[in-house]
Amino acid sequence: MLLRHTTALEIDRKALTINPAKTCQPIGAMYAALGIHGCLPHSHGSQGCCAYHRSALSRHFKEPVMAATSSFSEGSSVFGGSANLLTAIETMFTVYKPDVVAVHTTCLSETIGDDLNQIVSKAYDDGFVPEGKQVIYCNTPSYVGTHVTGYSNQVAAMVKFFSTATLKKRNVVNLVAGWMEPADMREIKRLASVMEARTIMFPDMTDVLDTPLNGQYKMYPDGGTTISDLTATGDSKFTLGLGQYSTEDACIKLENKCKVKFEMLDIPIGFKATDRFLMSLSRHANLPIPDSLSDERGRLIDLIADSTKYLYGKRVALWGDPDTLIPLTEFLLSMDMKPVYIVTGTPGKPFGERMTELLKDIPEAKFMAGDTADMFRMHQWIKQEGVDLLIGNTYGKYIARDENTPFVRFGFPIADRFGHNYFAKTGYTGAANLLIQILNAFLDHKDRTCLEEKFEFQM
Amino acid sequence: MAYILDDRQMQVSMAGANERTIDCNKASLAGSVSQRACVFCGSRVVLYPIADALHLIHGPIGCAAYTWDIRGSLSSGPELHRLSFCTDLQERDVIFGGESKLYDSAIELIDKHQPKAAFIYTTCIVGVIGDDVERICRQLEKEKGIPVIPVQAPGFQGSKKDGYKVACESIFKLVGTKTRPTPAKSINILGDFNLAGELWILLDYYKKMGVHVNASITGDGRVDDICNAHSAALNVVQCSGSMNYLAKMMKDEYGIPSMRVSYFGIEDMSDALYDVARFFKDEDMMEKARQLVKEEFARLMPKLTWYKERLQGKKAAIYVGGAFKAISLIKALRLIGVETVIVGSQTGTTEDYDLIKRLCNEGTIIVDDSNPVELSHFVKEKKADIFIGGVKERPIAHKIGLGFCDHNHERKEPLAGYEGMMNFAKEIYATAMSPVWRFTK
Repeated sequence: MLLRHTTALEIDRKALTINPAKTCQPIGAMYAALGIHGCLPHSHGSQGCCAYHRSALSRHFKEPVMAATSSFSEGSSVFGGSANLLTAIETMFTVYKPDVVAVHTTCLSETIGDDLNQIVSKAYDDGFVPEGKQVIYCNTPSYVGTHVTGYSNQVAAMVKFFSTATLKKRNVVNLVAGWMEPADMREIKRLASVMEARTIMFPDMTDVLDTPLNGQYKMYPDGGTTISDLTATGDSKFTLGLGQYSTEDACIKLENKCKVKFEMLDIPIGFKATDRFLMSLSRHANLPIPDSLSDERGRLIDLIADSTKYLYGKRVALWGDPDTLIPLTEFLLSMDMKPVYIVTGTPGKPFGERMTELLKDIPEAKFMAGDTADMFRMHQWIKQEGVDLLIGNTYGKYIARDENTPFVRFGFPIADRFGHNYFAKTGYTGAANLLIQILNAFLDHKDRTCLEEKFEFQM
Repeated sequence: MAYILDDRQMQVSMAGANERTIDCNKASLAGSVSQRACVFCGSRVVLYPIADALHLIHGPIGCAAYTWDIRGSLSSGPELHRLSFCTDLQERDVIFGGESKLYDSAIELIDKHQPKAAFIYTTCIVGVIGDDVERICRQLEKEKGIPVIPVQAPGFQGSKKDGYKVACESIFKLVGTKTRPTPAKSINILGDFNLAGELWILLDYYKKMGVHVNASITGDGRVDDICNAHSAALNVVQCSGSMNYLAKMMKDEYGIPSMRVSYFGIEDMSDALYDVARFFKDEDMMEKARQLVKEEFARLMPKLTWYKERLQGKKAAIYVGGAFKAISLIKALRLIGVETVIVGSQTGTTEDYDLIKRLCNEGTIIVDDSNPVELSHFVKEKKADIFIGGVKERPIAHKIGLGFCDHNHERKEPLAGYEGMMNFAKEIYATAMSPVWRFTK
């Protein structure tokens, strides 16, 4: 009983996070920056930050993750990190030859007050940035928001530094990808291409964090949104933001900068969110939704119909990031399941508003966002009244084991299972993939734990 | 070697041909994709296996999230160390200070968990905003009657190695605070972190020899054992990078001698046992050690020979945290027919690298604080088949089509001791000979 300390009685915690359902901004910025082709993310802070983020991303994706660090010393913390960053920019372009360096800050460089704008300008003035190459940057203090905030800030920086409006509008729809797996992005691009819509996705981690093994190591893998595509987003005729927490800021900036209007959508998890995504794309690309996609939807609905008896009324606890939790909750509800406990470490109002609306018919549901919305709180709720299923990142495995509850891994980080970056959970087929994982978790659990006389061949 | 940064030329050497002394223990160049971590990381990984202590991180959430249950340091009893506690500093705390938040959090936790001691880790930001953590620790200690130790670990103060030193200082504050009856022939095990239960294997060997293990620092560690660590006759130090400093302090203060050992590979494991017996000048103990080694040797050799016949001619690259481990690995690999062609470490010393040079065949590349670009060039140049490293190296090795063995936080089978040698051989064989490498091109 690893979590033997957890009690059902919730104590009022003044100031303490136990087993966090979040991490800090810079890792989100690093992840998003990897979705730019030929980009080397740069962590402006102590070298530990960079090492941790790379390790965490590597453990999750099982892929190489490259990023550089300013390697702060005692001196930089007193005199500022300007010299370190200038050296770093010179080193990176000389040795690693990226097309873009994406600098993000850390709690340390923010607190000592490094001015990135000024330092980066100086790097250009001093000739450290070769012709045709670029340095972009964003502020990601670890003591504000969470990893999702960092992701959002990095994506907004892509708009700030690249998106450009020329006079010629193109018949292209921008897809701003919220925090999801490369597989999820691949699936969304596939849906768009089946519809024959012209789109630019950014950031785009496909072929960056799900690369084939062919005996070659590429420091800059083939994927990632190219600079020319990022620049061209300013000429697109419309933008769809997928995931409010991670993309709304970028969408607003793009509208302000290049007059590209946008619609905020959920990440298309589950059939309702996928319906909305396809209808919106169809409207803005002015193309019909092809029958083949309707058939995909039909197969998903067929699967749900076949399995309702295992889904009805099942109590589910879920944790992770708001942008995935919202459509996931909706999907579970649409299959007659009961999401009863929902926790995210990421603060913000939309989560509460959406959850209140979605869960209005589930009076026993509890949800919480922000400071002490952590895994300890989640476990306390579960101790008060148990659940049938857990859905979330690997940090739920302690609860799953102690409470002997089926557990489907979903979110970030997943450090103890494989395939989450290969098999999508978006779109209709992704929803089917997710549903199958849920069903298998229930059925395997039943087979393993039921009485022998209840053990059956057919289920 | 154009892919080596100019400033790093002196951190790369070659056995035989180029007898340059390695310029190590040097800060990583800004802008390099260094595999190194920070002071906080170093102190945290060393202290966290102390299972009945409270470990509270005073800083933003990231520092706690990334070190939550970071490596499989197992405990035979309490598991408080596997939870993640954090003051989760916010913007207002950075402006107004986080002292009251720290105090409140620590009080709540100590009341709830009744730990034997508390370690309060400071992070980069606490180093800058200037919270008086020492004072709060003293206050907590007074109010709660347990040792509350500030671990001053702002990340920017150096690399992981400097964090080891901070950890040693923190442990040293506990040493000597309680004395209990201790057998004369007793040792402290320093620098084993009980990954995958490795410590338990060692305890078994020492028990068979009649050696009493007084305190394990820090694998499966307990506060009371550490408080009494000064009662041991000898400190047996593995992972010398992290624990030499503690051994030195204990020698200066309590006159406890220490010896450096390694538990990886048959040769070094056996030497460790013999050295301890020799230290106690106990013929009976020595005889038992010989007997143990003999039995294990007889059990292992036929199996290892099987592996050796099949692995003969394979080449390995090693990139690990501490250089002393690299030395054991070179020998262990040789035992199963594998030649080491690249050796690197994050924190090696000049002496370590000199020893490595003497141990390796001519032409072996020896490197300090390397990065992925260099490493991938080296393995191609040297035509390595297997890479031994940690979490950040694994996927790169696989992409190039190399076998990989995690000899760091992610080892899942014990690699120490005789049993560990068998596991190591099996792991090397499984990865080097996997049919998957035939399908990579």
